Amino acid sequence: MQEKKPEKSTTKTIPYLIVLVVAMFGFGFLLVPLYDVLCDLAGINGKVDLVAYEKDSDVIVSDRTVNIQFISLNNNGMPWIFKPMHTSVKAHPGQDYNTSFYASNPTEKAMTAQAVPSITPGYAAKYFHKIECFCFDQQELEAGKEEEMGLRFVVDAEIPDSIHTITLTYTLFDVTADESVASLN
Amino acid sequence: MSEHHGPAKGIKRWLFATNHKDIGTMYLWFSFAMFFVGGFFAMVIRAELFQPGLQLVDPQFFNQMTTMHGLVMVFGAIMPAFVGLANWMIPMMIGAPDMALPRMNNLSFWLLPVAVTLLISTFFMEGGAPAFGWTFYAPLSTTYAPPSTTFFIFAVHILGASSIMGSINILATIINLRAPGMTYMKMPMFVWTWAITAFLLIAAMPVLAGAVTMMLMDIHFGTSFFSAAGGGDPVLFQHVFWFFGHPEVYIIILPAFGVISEIIPTFSRKPLFGYSSMVYATASIAFLSFIVWAHHMYTTGMPLAGELYFMYATMLIAIPTGVKVFNWIATMFGGALTFEAPMLFSVATVFLFSLGGFTGLMLAIAPIDFAYQESYFVVAHFHYTMVAGAIFSMTAAVYYWLPKWTGRMYNETLAKTQFWIAFVGFNLTFFPQHFVGLAGMPRRTPDYALQFADFNMMSSIGSFIYGFAQLFLLYIIIQTIRSGKENADEKTWEGANGLEWTLASPAPFHTFSTPPTVK
Ligand code: HEM
Ligand SMILES: [Cu+2]
Repeated sequence: MQEKKPEKSTTKTIPYLIVLVVAMFGFGFLLVPLYDVLCDLAGINGKVDLVAYEKDSDVIVSDRTVNIQFISLNNNGMPWIFKPMHTSVKAHPGQDYNTSFYASNPTEKAMTAQAVPSITPGYAAKYFHKIECFCFDQQELEAGKEEEMGLRFVVDAEIPDSIHTITLTYTLFDVTADESVASLN
Repeated sequence: MSEHHGPAKGIKRWLFATNHKDIGTMYLWFSFAMFFVGGFFAMVIRAELFQPGLQLVDPQFFNQMTTMHGLVMVFGAIMPAFVGLANWMIPMMIGAPDMALPRMNNLSFWLLPVAVTLLISTFFMEGGAPAFGWTFYAPLSTTYAPPSTTFFIFAVHILGASSIMGSINILATIINLRAPGMTYMKMPMFVWTWAITAFLLIAAMPVLAGAVTMMLMDIHFGTSFFSAAGGGDPVLFQHVFWFFGHPEVYIIILPAFGVISEIIPTFSRKPLFGYSSMVYATASIAFLSFIVWAHHMYTTGMPLAGELYFMYATMLIAIPTGVKVFNWIATMFGGALTFEAPMLFSVATVFLFSLGGFTGLMLAIAPIDFAYQESYFVVAHFHYTMVAGAIFSMTAAVYYWLPKWTGRMYNETLAKTQFWIAFVGFNLTFFPQHFVGLAGMPRRTPDYALQFADFNMMSSIGSFIYGFAQLFLLYIIIQTIRSGKENADEKTWEGANGLEWTLASPAPFHTFSTPPTVK
């Protein structure tokens, strides 16, 4: 196979193109943190902070209530019984509230679960703060055991008037087999 | 480089091919073969949908068929077909002796059969072939996927590597090997569209590689990119996929635009109207294609501002696309038109692709898309753009350049007949799908409600006709190669312009060893 050596200029073009390829491969992965950061900044996608909220003001808006609804879901194949102890709370913005969720493990073996929260409407996510939440950690239950899991939250005093109702959904995932799935924190 | 040696003999000529014409030929035959494989899957789908109820295949296998049909057609048929065309034509159009990187060119091609073999072999694995659709959304393609998914992922990696190397080669050729006097703004439109497509490929394919790598890690290494239980998000998959996926649809259509921008002037006997506006329109389509991806995701719960942005940005693409369509029409306007087979296919492309563009605009309207998405209306939309856009123009290209490639003329009567069979078959297949889609028939379903029966039967009959038209095309091509009328004429077409038409027919093994001068 006789072959002409690539021209000088060709050998110059190629490195640029290869850099572009590598950069775009990196960009694909950059989309992962970018997605989280953007959702966070915009307070969209119903993603809620998974770290405890530190209150920085004591203002309580006592002449206004926001209806907070709680929903529980089991992810595909998750056998636990999982439900909110109260389906809704009328909350004054700025005031702390406690509520809890019930979980029991009806199977014959110990299991580990992870609850993943989501807020509807998505743009309300940044006004709903969790001070304590069972979703910050994984939950372990022995066979046949049950548990009440606590949630302490506050609705931001700055919440716009247009938001009357916030729905908080927890989806419970079975992470027993999946040792590699570290706790969310 | 030795000036006067011909191709090597036997199988070695192909295994070790470095000549752009040989490699182009292999690409073209390979993609044609894949077109029949993908077409066979489509026939299975349409046979099952001939009547409501489950008749021929079980739903799981049906889903494997739709998945593999899409993958094979997009990655095995359409993309390699246009890369083959680029290999054959770009050096001849810009007066270069060959592609800039002939050995890499060989590798790009030979990776394809490897990848496709991997992909097809998944049918014989436990759990069967991937059945999660050509868009392979997580978690269907991760948590709930068959074990063969790992092979699918490797196949996509290899296909991506092949495309990227092919694009680097094409760009290196266009940037460095143009004949003296061939300035950028004198390049044929086909070369321009490929230059821009190559950039799109280089920018988009690595993102696809990233997406499948994340899948691989989620499946085997316990990461949670797309799994909510571990802090990931399945919606993220859709963002990464469509960041690749929307540019991908323009990767498919831009070279097709290039082809008809060559053919329409020839048979109008007029230069292309608005050449520079064509170049700028193509470039702006390419740029816009990177910032509209979430129009595939209107129903994922995007905030209102996102819906509005992606809606308006998507509609914006209609402007440069419209510029192109008007330019083609203006080229024909007042021209001395004749309608040989390449022209028939090109005019049909303009007309039918525009219909696909219009349905695209309907889908781009976010509130309307809530009703239409995941329906057969979407299927009709993208077949009008991809089949009538890409496959029709590819057929036009084959008829147009076949005399140059083989030195023989195809039979015009047969070719025109083939066009009309394909035209009727195509429209009979996909036009009714608009109606069933609007009436609520979901896509990717092996069974459907009774009221859709008549239109589906029409669709199936149309698809068999369209499938027959492709076998007929194969016959015409083989007949031309074996016993077509000799066509030693350099120009073949009276109105043709461009360097490739200054060469002998069939084009000699080595061309432009001394570059021509372009005035
Ligand atoms: C004016 C130009 C176009 C517009 C405005 C447009 C718009 C859209 C929209 C909004 C969708 C999403 C529909 C849904 O899933 O609900 C869509 C889907 C699609 N379009 Fe287009 N499109 C255009 C051109 C094209 C072209 C040129 C191609 C390919 C050559 C193409 C291929 C596709 C494909 C394959 C899908 C379906 C993807 C899937 O499997 O979900 N489109 N288009
Ligand atoms: Cu798109």
